This record gives sequence, structure tokens and C-alpha cells, in this order.
Amino acid sequence: MSELSGLYAIWEREFKVFLREKSRMVATIINPLFWLFIFGGGLGSSFSVGGTNYQVFIYPGIIVMATLFSSIFYGAYIVWDKKLDFLKEVLVAPLSRTTIFLGKVLGGVTDALIQASIIMLIAPLFGIGFGWNLALIYLVLFVLITGLVSIGLIVGSLMESPEGFGLIISFINFPLFFLSGALYPLDNLPTWLNVITRLNPATYGVDAIRGLMLGTSEFSIMFDFILLCMFSLALIVIGTFAFRRMKL
Amino acid sequence: MLIEVKGLTKRFGDFTAVDSINLSIKEGEVFGLLGPNGAGKTTTLHMLATLLKPTDGIALVNGYDVVKQSDDVRKSIGIVFQEPSSDDLLTGYENLRLHALMYGVPQANLRKKIHEVLELVDLVDRKDDQVKKYSGGMRRRLEIARGLLHHPKILFLDEPTLGLDPQTREHMWKYIEDLVKKKKITIIITTHYMEEADRLCDRIAIIDHGKTVVIDSPEKLKSELGGDIVSMKIRKPNLKAIGKLRYVKKIDRTNGVVLLTVENANKNLPEILKTIGSVESVELHSPTLNDVFLHFTGRQLREEQAEGGFWERATTYKVRR
Ligand SMILES: Nc1ncnc2c1ncn2[C@@H]1O[C@H](COP(=O)(O)OP(=O)(O)O)[C@@H](O)[C@H]1O
Ligand SMILES: [Mg+2]
Repeated sequence: MSELSGLYAIWEREFKVFLREKSRMVATIINPLFWLFIFGGGLGSSFSVGGTNYQVFIYPGIIVMATLFSSIFYGAYIVWDKKLDFLKEVLVAPLSRTTIFLGKVLGGVTDALIQASIIMLIAPLFGIGFGWNLALIYLVLFVLITGLVSIGLIVGSLMESPEGFGLIISFINFPLFFLSGALYPLDNLPTWLNVITRLNPATYGVDAIRGLMLGTSEFSIMFDFILLCMFSLALIVIGTFAFRRMKL
Repeated sequence: MLIEVKGLTKRFGDFTAVDSINLSIKEGEVFGLLGPNGAGKTTTLHMLATLLKPTDGIALVNGYDVVKQSDDVRKSIGIVFQEPSSDDLLTGYENLRLHALMYGVPQANLRKKIHEVLELVDLVDRKDDQVKKYSGGMRRRLEIARGLLHHPKILFLDEPTLGLDPQTREHMWKYIEDLVKKKKITIIITTHYMEEADRLCDRIAIIDHGKTVVIDSPEKLKSELGGDIVSMKIRKPNLKAIGKLRYVKKIDRTNGVVLLTVENANKNLPEILKTIGSVESVELHSPTLNDVFLHFTGRQLREEQAEGGFWERATTYKVRR
């Protein structure tokens, strides 16, 4: 019983902090909009992908980008919790490490979903409507973000300084984004790029959301979804393990 | 015994931070771990609080083994860490609420319990301010309140007044004394301030280089030195002659100062001054825990500020997100 209220408590704290730290939100929203309007707008004026305007084509990818960066960066906050003794206060509570990890994950998922929602508000600008697919889009995002937040938390649990954390995640973030099909279609890639892209879990997130928003996807949405579920489950397991091993 | 520790040891690589410590602490006691920085006090506390795994030895807290029954131990204790450990973006109330929920305090009397502890530490009217607006002393009090919120049998206080100014420290001591009166709770305090240990603790363990040097009540430790302390600034003391005086119990020398432990010092001082040679200055005092520390370790228990004290840490990490 106290595990459940503990889970809620940890989530609630993350949510309150998120609401109070506006800068956290602003940074992660400006960046994707920059890509969407400058990069997408620039190329979109002369390119289209399979009949879809380029800017519209990358819009689902930009949503994933926004969630990807903020989800993984969320792991930095655990490094800050370590710097203060706040993490000790949490770890000394009679809660299992699994509960603590899941509470943190839920906090990060909430943050990233709110950010994704804000970017989704401008969908009508591109003539995109969601209809009932909206629920499915959120489902896909939820699963994808769970995995991504876990990556950030795992790295965070291993690091002692925010700088070290920043360095490591920049090596994770950029490949995940650039090699995901967020910015290019998957059907005509050179072999080496094709292989790497298909190994990238973010690819399936982008593909599923593009399918649900624009009706064009490389794989079946079901296939994407199953792969994402496997990805996130694996990371939750690793994350729980990482939290159990975490030293102060 | 509420806490029973045998051969407790912690090694970090080759370095032994806590070296085979034995303690037994009774219910209702205020027990102090007194020692200089780096003595191993925090490490010991962290092992008792299940945050660090001992390299060797056993520790029973409230009858539970800290390694095998860590959940039961964690339910029995409250702890106030050496460094700030509240979230400064949350209000005082919200920090307490977070704690209460993590410890499974039922929603029904959450409010009441939080108000109870807020009253105890005098923070009711500041409860809705964000912690970043608190002073160092207020923050410490909030964290003490938090440590008490789930009614632990044992409260650990790691350097409760580290980095606080003398006035705030005085207040904090009053709060702790009050607490002991109002709640029947066993308290373990670590400190490197001898006045703090002297004033608050029923018994203390003096710790140096990870080892317990001696354990007893402050009064007993002081009286067992067997006299008063005469400290003299002198260049060329005639220690040979002083050594022959029967009432001089002990002679210590640290950088240009000679310290004598003397029976009936008031009466014997003139003869000492005549014997030792020409002194620059002389001072006579009843023994303090500093003298006890000096007696057992040959060094002074310096009153220097610990590195990265509570308040420095609190302000350094204020701008964090
Ligand atoms: N995680 C750690 N790794 C290596 N050495 C440590 C670690 N924690 C503490 N120490 C060392 O152990 C010794 C005791 O530290 P500590 O228990 O914090 O002392 P105290 O609280 O008495 O000032 C110090 O020399 C400190 O540098
Ligand atoms: Mg310490």
C-alpha cells in the first residue's frame, strides 16, 4: 500500500517541479519549432516526399524529437537529486527501488507528453487532423517515451556530475534523432544507413506516428507498436536493475 | 539494546573509513558520535540507515539487521542528513507531504500529522513558502520535522548544526532538547562540535580515524581526567621538574603551549608557575571534551568548519535546474 502512495508521491513531486520550472519547458519546445519552421519550412518550399510537402512530412518526426530530447534529458534531474542529498531522502524511505524508478519514469513521461501535446496543438497549421487516431498517437508516444525516459534515468543513475551526464546523452540523443527517419523517408536508403535506422527504436516511433497522422508508414503500425513495447519493457527492466545497483 | 553494533567496518577501496566499531545504544538515550572531519561518523550513520552496505561486521537497529532486514530498519528510523536534502522548489508543506506519502502515512490524518511536526519546529506560518526562501536554520528544522513525521523510534541527526551561526545553533539545541522532553525517542547525533556533544548527549563515543577511542557520559569522561587543565604559553618549559610534582596528572605539548592536568589546580598553580619557568600567559579551566579528545588522541579536536558545510551546499545548488 505504501508502495502505491510512494509511487504517487514521487510522480507528484516531479510534476510540481515541472510546473514550476518554466524554463525546462520553453527550451524543449523552442528547439523543435526551430527545426520545423526553419529547416522544414526552408526545404518544404521546394521538396516533397511521395506527394507530401516536406514540412508536413517531418512534422511527426519533430514531435518525436521534442519528446526524445526532453525524455532523455530528464535523467539529469536525478544527478541533481544526488548532488543535493534529496536522493538519499528518497532512497532511505521504505520503498522498493522498482517503485522509485517507476515513479520517476511516470514523472518524465508526463513532462514529455505535455510537451508533445503543445507541439501537436499546431497540427491544424499543416492541415493535419487526428480524429480518433489521437488516442492511438498518445498510446504510441506513451510507450516510446517510457523507453526513452528510462534511458535517461539509467545514464543518470550512473553519473555523478551533470556535465558528465550532458556529454554522454549528446552521444545518445543525436544518433537517435538523425538516424530515425524523422527527416527522411526510409524506402530508398543506402544499405548501411538502412541497417542503422532499422536498429534505432525511435524509427518505429516516428513511423507509427507518421502512419497515424499522415496515413503513410514504412512498416505496419502494429509492427511498430510491438517493437516499441519490447524496447520499453527491456529498458524498464534494465532501469530497475540500474536503480537497485545505484550507489550514493 | 535498541542499537547493537559489532565490528562494523566500511572500506572504500584500500581506505578504511570505519574500522571495526562496537556500540550499544539504549532506548531513550541521546547518543553522540564525536570526532573530527573524516573520522567516519557519516559513513557509520549511513550504514545504520541502510544507505551503505557494511564491508564487515553486524548492526542491529531496533532489533533488525541493517543488511538482511533493511525495510524494517528503514521503517524504524528517521534521519536528517548532513547536507540539505529537501527539494527547494517545493514548499515546506509539500516536502513533508512527499515524505508522509512515501512512508505510507494514511491520507486521512496526513494534514494533522504534518501540522503537528510543523508546530514542533515552529514553521507553521512559513509552511507554504518554497524551501529556497528558507534560511539555513529553517531548512534544518524542516528536515528535523520531516525526520519525525512518521513517528520513528530512532532519529539520526548528522551534524545538526553544521554551518549555522552561533545564535541559530543555540536555538537548534533548544529544539532538540525540547524534542527529547516531548517525544520518547532515541536520538543519535554526530558532531564535531564538542559543546554540542557535551550539552545534548547522555553518552558519547569519541571517534577518530574510523575507530571508537572511548565511550562514556561527557561528565565521566571529563572527571576521569582527574583534575583541571592549566594551559601555558611558554618557550622553554622545565618539564622535568614539573614531572616530579605529584599533583600533575598529565603533560601535553602542542605548538608552543604546555597543557597540564592538575589536581586542585587553584591551590597548586603558584608552585607550578614557579617551577616551570617564565610563562608568557596562563589559563586555567575545568576539563572540556576537547581536553578529553586531546588526552586520548594527542591532538586537538579542531573547531574548523567542515568542508562543504550545510549552508554552503544549500546555496551552491540553489540554481540547479
Ligand atoms: N564514497 C566514498 N568513497 C571514498 N571515500 C569515502 C567515501 N565516503 C567517505 N569517504 C571517506 O571516508 C572518511 C570518513 O568520511 P565521513 O564518514 O564522511 O566522515 P565524517 O562524517 O566523520 O566527517 C573520509 O576520509 C572520507 O573522505
Ligand atoms: Mg559527516
